[in-house]
Amino acid sequence: MGWNSPLARLRDALRGQRVRERDIRKLVSNLPYEGLEKMKQPNRHFPGNAIKTTKYTLLFFIPMNLFEQFHRLANIYFLGLAILNFVPVVNAFQPEVALIPICVILALTALKDGWEDFRRYQSDRKLNNTPCFIYCRKEQQFVERRWKDVRVGDFVKVICNEIIPADLLLLHTSDPNGVCHIETANLDGETNLKQRRVVPGLSTSTSEFEPESFNGVVVCERPNNNLNHFKCYVEKPDNVKVGIGIESLLLRGCTVRNTDHTVGFVVYAGHETKSMLNNNGPRYKRSKLERKLNTDVIFCIILLFAMCLVGALGHFSWLQELPSVPPYLVPDSHGHLDSPALSGFYMFFTMIILLQVLIPISLYVSIELVKIGQVFFITNDIDLYDEESDTPMQCRALNITEDLGQIQYIFSDKTGTLTENKMVFRRCTVMGTEYPHCENAVRLAVLDEPDSEEEVIFNQRPWPPQSRWTPDTEDADPAGTPHYHGSRHRGKVAESAQRDVAFSSPLETEVVPDRKLLQQIRRTESSSSSSSSGKTDPYLDFFLALAICNTVVVSTATVRRQRESGCPRSSQTSNPFETFSHLVRKVGSFRQTISSWRPMSNRSRTSSNCSVLEEDHFNSLAKTGNCGGRKSTGPQTQDTSPSLRYEAESPDEAALVHAAKAYGFTLLARTPGSVTVRLPCGEELVFEVLDTLAFDSHRKRMSVLVRHPVTSELVLYTKGADYAIMELLGTPYAEQLKGKQKRIAADTQRHLDCYAKEGLRTLCFTKKVLSERAYKDWSVSRQGALAAIDNREKLIMDTAGLLETNLTLLGATGIEDRLQESVPDTIVALREAGIQVWVLTGDKPETAVNIGYACRLLDEGDLVINMSSKNKLMCVSILDCTLEEVRRYGNDPTGLAPTISLVIDGRTLAMALESDLVDRFVDLARRCRSVLCCRVTPLQKSAVVKVIREKLKVMTLAVGDGANDVNMIQAADVGIGISGQEGMQAVMASDFAISRFKHLKKLLLVHGHWCYTRLANMIIYFFYKNVAYVNLLFWYQFFCGFSGTAMIDYWLMIFFNLFFTSAPPIMFGIMDKDVSAETLLGLPELYRTGQGTGEYKFSTFWTAMLDAFYQSLVCFFIPYWVYEDSDIDVFTFGTPLNTVSLFTILLHLSIEIKTWTVVHWVIMLGSVAVYFIVTLAYSAICVTCNPPSNPYWILQSQMADPMFYLTCIITTVLALLPRYMFHVLRNTLAPSPLVRARHLDRLDPSVREQWIKEWKSFRGAGDLSKLTRSPTLETTEDTSPASPSPSDITTAEITLNVITESYQSTVQL
Amino acid sequence: IAAMMASSYNAKEEDGHHSSGSSHGGAGAVKSKKPDNTAFKQQRLPAWQPILTAGTVLPAFFVIGLIFIPIGIGLYVTSNNIKEFEIDYTGAEVSSPCFNCAKNFSWNSTTSCNCSVPFTLEQPFESNVFMYYGLSNFYQNHRRYVKSRDDSQLNGDRSSLKNPSKECEPYRTSDGLPIAPCGAIANSLFNDTLELYYIHSNGSSTAIPLVKKGIAWWTDKHVKFRNPGGSNNNLTAAFQGTTKPVNWRKPVYELDPSDSDNNGFINEDFIVWMRTAALPTFRKLYRIIQKKPNMTPTLPSGKYLLEVTYNYPVHSFDGRKRMILSTISWMGGKNPFLGIAYITVGSVCFFLGVVLLIIHHKYDNRNNSADIPN
Repeated sequence: MGWNSPLARLRDALRGQRVRERDIRKLVSNLPYEGLEKMKQPNRHFPGNAIKTTKYTLLFFIPMNLFEQFHRLANIYFLGLAILNFVPVVNAFQPEVALIPICVILALTALKDGWEDFRRYQSDRKLNNTPCFIYCRKEQQFVERRWKDVRVGDFVKVICNEIIPADLLLLHTSDPNGVCHIETANLDGETNLKQRRVVPGLSTSTSEFEPESFNGVVVCERPNNNLNHFKCYVEKPDNVKVGIGIESLLLRGCTVRNTDHTVGFVVYAGHETKSMLNNNGPRYKRSKLERKLNTDVIFCIILLFAMCLVGALGHFSWLQELPSVPPYLVPDSHGHLDSPALSGFYMFFTMIILLQVLIPISLYVSIELVKIGQVFFITNDIDLYDEESDTPMQCRALNITEDLGQIQYIFSDKTGTLTENKMVFRRCTVMGTEYPHCENAVRLAVLDEPDSEEEVIFNQRPWPPQSRWTPDTEDADPAGTPHYHGSRHRGKVAESAQRDVAFSSPLETEVVPDRKLLQQIRRTESSSSSSSSGKTDPYLDFFLALAICNTVVVSTATVRRQRESGCPRSSQTSNPFETFSHLVRKVGSFRQTISSWRPMSNRSRTSSNCSVLEEDHFNSLAKTGNCGGRKSTGPQTQDTSPSLRYEAESPDEAALVHAAKAYGFTLLARTPGSVTVRLPCGEELVFEVLDTLAFDSHRKRMSVLVRHPVTSELVLYTKGADYAIMELLGTPYAEQLKGKQKRIAADTQRHLDCYAKEGLRTLCFTKKVLSERAYKDWSVSRQGALAAIDNREKLIMDTAGLLETNLTLLGATGIEDRLQESVPDTIVALREAGIQVWVLTGDKPETAVNIGYACRLLDEGDLVINMSSKNKLMCVSILDCTLEEVRRYGNDPTGLAPTISLVIDGRTLAMALESDLVDRFVDLARRCRSVLCCRVTPLQKSAVVKVIREKLKVMTLAVGDGANDVNMIQAADVGIGISGQEGMQAVMASDFAISRFKHLKKLLLVHGHWCYTRLANMIIYFFYKNVAYVNLLFWYQFFCGFSGTAMIDYWLMIFFNLFFTSAPPIMFGIMDKDVSAETLLGLPELYRTGQGTGEYKFSTFWTAMLDAFYQSLVCFFIPYWVYEDSDIDVFTFGTPLNTVSLFTILLHLSIEIKTWTVVHWVIMLGSVAVYFIVTLAYSAICVTCNPPSNPYWILQSQMADPMFYLTCIITTVLALLPRYMFHVLRNTLAPSPLVRARHLDRLDPSVREQWIKEWKSFRGAGDLSKLTRSPTLETTEDTSPASPSPSDITTAEITLNVITESYQSTVQL
Repeated sequence: IAAMMASSYNAKEEDGHHSSGSSHGGAGAVKSKKPDNTAFKQQRLPAWQPILTAGTVLPAFFVIGLIFIPIGIGLYVTSNNIKEFEIDYTGAEVSSPCFNCAKNFSWNSTTSCNCSVPFTLEQPFESNVFMYYGLSNFYQNHRRYVKSRDDSQLNGDRSSLKNPSKECEPYRTSDGLPIAPCGAIANSLFNDTLELYYIHSNGSSTAIPLVKKGIAWWTDKHVKFRNPGGSNNNLTAAFQGTTKPVNWRKPVYELDPSDSDNNGFINEDFIVWMRTAALPTFRKLYRIIQKKPNMTPTLPSGKYLLEVTYNYPVHSFDGRKRMILSTISWMGGKNPFLGIAYITVGSVCFFLGVVLLIIHHKYDNRNNSADIPN
């Protein structure tokens, strides 16, 4: 057969290549071709589902790994030296011996790589052999196969709670609505269920799916790594194209939930799946310190060359001066002696080999180890662990820990970062009437009260469920005292019981309805019941919009989701740190058993039974209460409501749905085709959903088009940001309201502004009734857009815009996004630490400013500059004039100038960042204490970070939680993701992931400081160590005719760096603690020591170098003078030198070590012990080995000689004296802040607290004096939104206080 | 409001700790990702935090001073009590008795040249006297020279005897025969013979008995260096098939024909030479003059004659040859350096201690009081 010829095969392979590269793929079912040979398979060009993440194969491991490793410059340097050693004229050591260091390093790395690869191989194998069901034509059913057998074009069946093996086009589910729920936690960490739906028009909704009947052609785009987009259409035999988006794609690695089984068509398999394309290992960044270190390495290289040059010239002149050929000059094998010049030239290379350790190759390995250790401690910090979400701190980038200690600018997102991103429905305005929801506000305030008090109440008066909120009492006195206690009580208990459920903390799930609004609804309800035409009441519409216009998925909580243990993806990206942590864990557990004397305080506070009861009651009460006289069917209310759980992609939606539920509009179910809502009266309405126009960041709104079941009207409910909605408002709502509409919009806007000032997030709700024809027209263009492959997003957006016009305003909501705990404290601390905090948010300026005050980013006394301009010219003039003003303040000699804060909006920012203004803007921003950027796009966020980072040359940190922060996180030197409510995209892009903003304080102030000082000191020490040791050899050259002799046995030299002195600096880099965590947190100013250049300065480096030179001189010349003109031999002379430098180097480190723990002692003493044991053993057994040094019995004979000890003692003392003195004098005469802090550390904790407090109050008084003057500088230029002056804000605060007070007075009643 | 919030947070935190404590106590059914609250992992290990300030290190300086100065004095006195006599017999100067020998001599000379150097000991030498020969400007520590030996051959290994290491090149073979002992070190063996005569006041002279055994390290003599063929006394047979080093006059098995225990590779003069000196100016133990049983000094003061069989040329490297007589103490030979060093360092420390004391009085008090953080 022609197919079998190699040429044909080659041609086929080339074709396959082309097919894979093509932008569009056409896939057909494999079934008709089942059993045919491979060459006949239509999808043969696409890779199978077997994955291989291993880098190496067993056979080629060694060459491939070596190739990989020699990409590192350091290894090449080492190899070059080793090869140099094989050149007989220059070799300094035994050539074989010279290979040892490079071999050890290569072998260790290869071992590590091999182990990692083996782990990958194992996980690959496990994954590839996971069973799954593939349809087999022969057997007419789904048969069990392995993941690796899945091919593109197959039909795969996935059963509930199983992991999806490949990217599947969803064709069939067991759900009658054609819906399948998946959990994408393995992919992006989001735990909420996502709905996927069957490709429309393909599946006949019969109970069984017939794969053989599938005869369409699936046309899809080339595989890409975008998890949220998928462009594809299915071409049916009758040429009808059905457009398919991400909503019908099941991604590999996700888990099928709440759906009995699903069948899908394999679109992408194996490495082409979206999850695999997203799976790129840990990130590598180069830290600032490392960049600086590289320059110092270059200094070392220069030094090395200088020393080698000295050696070469020295050798040359030494040879020159010899009168004739002495007997100690050994000629080569032919009895020929090189000329002095040539010998000098050779000697240069010999010297490089001899002094190679000067370039601290081991430094890089050590730094890696130290960072692993530092990361271990950071991730294990219990203070950075969030109890609520059970997430410890995560370090995703392993090698920039020390950058945390040098941050100068923090760029923070607002929502979800500073705030909880747990949305609480606070207030709403309907038809221009404001409903303040005071009761709700009080409930929230009460929730903040301490636990202990709560428990007392709980114990004293266990409220029987019946005594609260029965319909009767509700009617009689809705805001009575029992109500207050009850809700408060319930909140707490529910919280503890529901901790693990996402988005359903009691804050969101419970909304206490506003009395007035409730009455209003009841009124319209009753009126509409009498006249059936009144279904279009705006109040009802408002709540319907609340309940319908969202993408909330209703899941039944009856089946508890079980998580697969060990997600397959995470095991693939293993890092060396895991094994290390494993090791330490063992130690830790051992320690734990020791420390388990701790008294067991058992304060079990969850009484789940009780809470469930109460919850039931509450839910039923809300409904029965609201329905007034009309009775709903009892049992139905009883069993459905408690098990309802809303899973929303964004927490606002959940909050709104819960709010609607509180008023009786309960969202019962959502399928792609319908939404079921129960009205307050108990009636269930099933709305047919005609289309959903999803939210996007350009439109800033979303819409749902439904058919009203009663009136059969086509209704479009739109919700969105106020500025995105207000301009789309069209005809008035209804005839009778004609004149009012304008006023409604104006009133609503007024309320919205008020909400914004209060820091609430606002959303507007609108409605639009469509004519049947208009819809038909629109839906045609919509279908076209959906089926498009090119430019699809834009088309979809445009079609959405077509529909969203002429909207009718229903009302607006204010959702509170509460500040996370300790945010103000954290910001104040970061500020004290000398870090500039910027907030970049997409919110309105009013909201942002309010939050700014709340989190103490802005102070009352601050001069707030509000920059907002519509055109460039104005922007320039504002910039210039404020800059001048600010400069004037900056030059104020009295020091009483107010701190300046800048508020800038996105449009102005875009202008300010243009190349001609950017310098001025940066100059202005530099002088401001805090900057708030509002309404900025994700791209602007990253642009701001980049500009500041590059213009000011500062260390920047970006922190955010959402997908919109990803750009910023990646642009900054250090990116921190907050694993919060908005998925894991920010975390995936970040270097470090924390769960609360407050953790930033300890992460930077403590861990950052520690990591930085530790690493900086360790690096300097490493340079010192190598120079000090190598210089011994260098000085000896002056006494051996610059012939390149080493007086220390080469093995001992290797061991010296490898074993005797390697552990202490690494331990020093991991564990040293200059100042305790408490003091660092108490005195954030200490952080400033690390900023800028910090401890690792040019001068520090050269001081260390000079010290190293001095010490090596002492270490060499004292023994030299002691043994001058004696019968000592070369290697016996080297022994005290080696010993002395060991002591000097270790004791030098112990001067540097600030904190001595058991570990320090063990490692220090252990190093000395190891030195003596190894050397003694080596000198005892090595009779003829390792020529020429042959250390047999050398150390033994030395140790029998008192002179040896006397020499060691005086040399060590003299070598360390200057450094010791230097430390003493500096600490005494000019103690640095850190030294002062260490003094504090030694005080008793309580005394220390006192100190810190006193100091703070002293400083606080200084600030206060500044506060007395509070000038205002307003940019007189027109500012489109009301510019928030301090006075504005204070009034807002007052209103807030009034609200609280008024409510408290009601409580008193 | 802020205060209220803050207090509530504190309460919450506390609560969290409590619940964690209880979960630790009770089996810990749910596997939480919570880090272990151990002192090690939380970096709270009990620690000693020394701060180097004048006040804290004061005692150390005084203690060092007080310890070092006596040690230094002791060392200095000991060193001064060591008697040492040194005479240069290179013969570089015309006045030197060995001038002729030095001038005419080269490695290739077959006949030896003798010269006698008279000297006077001003003071008698008590106890054992060590006799050294000293060479200066002889770089025994040259890299290629140090390597030019075969330890296995010297250890008596038969295969190495016949096939010495490459390191010995170009002194590995001679006329096709392997050299034993091979290498440059052995080739340049110091081969002057020194004899010492005491000149009595009457002009007659007595040869002073020089002990040639016990001058090498015990381990070298008994472990590292071995003749091929083990205990076989017939060294000539053992070294059959090898040849002598180029510069040698006689083969290795004739180094000391009188004493089979000091012949061949285990000849102590040879062993001493093979231990290459660390510095270009060095001395090597040549003979020991044993203490006499009676009370008379080992070497009474008076006139002596050093009889030199001048074999070793040194003018090729501007070298000097010396004969050194020295008594020995626990600290080895005479070297006042260490004593002086100890005294100096001790004094410096003491002085620094005083300086620190002053500084401590002026500054430390201020530090420990009022304005620590500032």
